[in-house]
Amino acid sequence: MEYLLLLISTSLVNNIVLVKFLGLCPLMGVSGKLSSAWGMSLATAFVLTLSAFLSWMIEHLLLQPLKIEFLRILSFILIIAAVVQFTEISMRKLSPALHQSLGIFLPLITTNCAVLGVALLNITENHNLPQSLMFGLGSALGFLIVMMLFAGMRERLAGANVPALFEGTPISLISAGSLSLIFMGFSGMF
Amino acid sequence: MLMATLVLTLMGLALGILLAAAAHFFAVGEGNPLAREIEDKLPGSQCGQCGFPGCGPAADAIATGDASVTCCPPGGRALAEELAKMLNIDPSSLGETPEALTAVINEELCTGCTRCNKACPTDAIVGATKQLHVVYAEACTGCKQCVDTCPEDCISLVTPQIDLTRWHWHKPEAA
Repeated sequence: MEYLLLLISTSLVNNIVLVKFLGLCPLMGVSGKLSSAWGMSLATAFVLTLSAFLSWMIEHLLLQPLKIEFLRILSFILIIAAVVQFTEISMRKLSPALHQSLGIFLPLITTNCAVLGVALLNITENHNLPQSLMFGLGSALGFLIVMMLFAGMRERLAGANVPALFEGTPISLISAGSLSLIFMGFSGMF
Repeated sequence: MLMATLVLTLMGLALGILLAAAAHFFAVGEGNPLAREIEDKLPGSQCGQCGFPGCGPAADAIATGDASVTCCPPGGRALAEELAKMLNIDPSSLGETPEALTAVINEELCTGCTRCNKACPTDAIVGATKQLHVVYAEACTGCKQCVDTCPEDCISLVTPQIDLTRWHWHKPEAA
């Protein structure tokens, strides 16, 4: 029950993108088409969950016993970059079809602040290992929900009759803002 | 301080070795291996006479069956038969291959401007500035790139003399 609550809370109430404002670049950059948003979300979900797990391990098995917590950001970035590279290399061999659809998005995830943000939040909020896994999975789910919603909105906006003043980026930002407003409303649920 | 440096170095080293091992074990050749094999056989002058942007895309198309093995005029009959053997196509079903051509420079008109020399993808044109240029026929693939660059219009394409790689049986005369 506790884990289910954590999953819902991280994916909807404390949504990584619209409430914590992490990972905004893919939200604006890769949401033009529903299919590419789907690919980006899946690739991010994979890396997010895996790196949340690995960074927890590094923090508790390496950094804390040796009292070198100040290396946290540096080593987490190292881990994330390695995980992304490893994912890409192995995916290219093991599942060429998946690599075809996700391929170009994978390297982009290295610089996605949501991935590093989740890893760091796991430490500051003192999660244990299953909790941090759930936190990573929930954030990935939240990222996926928001990306799909926003990409669907933008696909419709592309065909809508938008006033000339608001065309392009302004209307995208406004719709992202109103989507964020809606997600803020989830916090009243619990 | 020492510990931190050591840990970070070891972490970087371990991850680097892991990635190198992954790259080694999960190595994937670029593209279709058959297409790369075909590309090795093609002349490699990227002349574009087959209708593709270069020999690489042409090799891809031949490998997938989108292009005929006879699509390469510089390669001529010899190349077509070689490719047909590689792809298990009956050489007698190939039909006519496009005729191979060789560039010839009209010595009376050539001013030695070296433009054709620079345009030639196979370095088949020999000659220095203000010296007469000569086409080295064995290297020429008949790609016509020099014809387009010559300001004097002094390059023409001719059918070269039949040699062993170009010779093939003539069709039987109709009775």
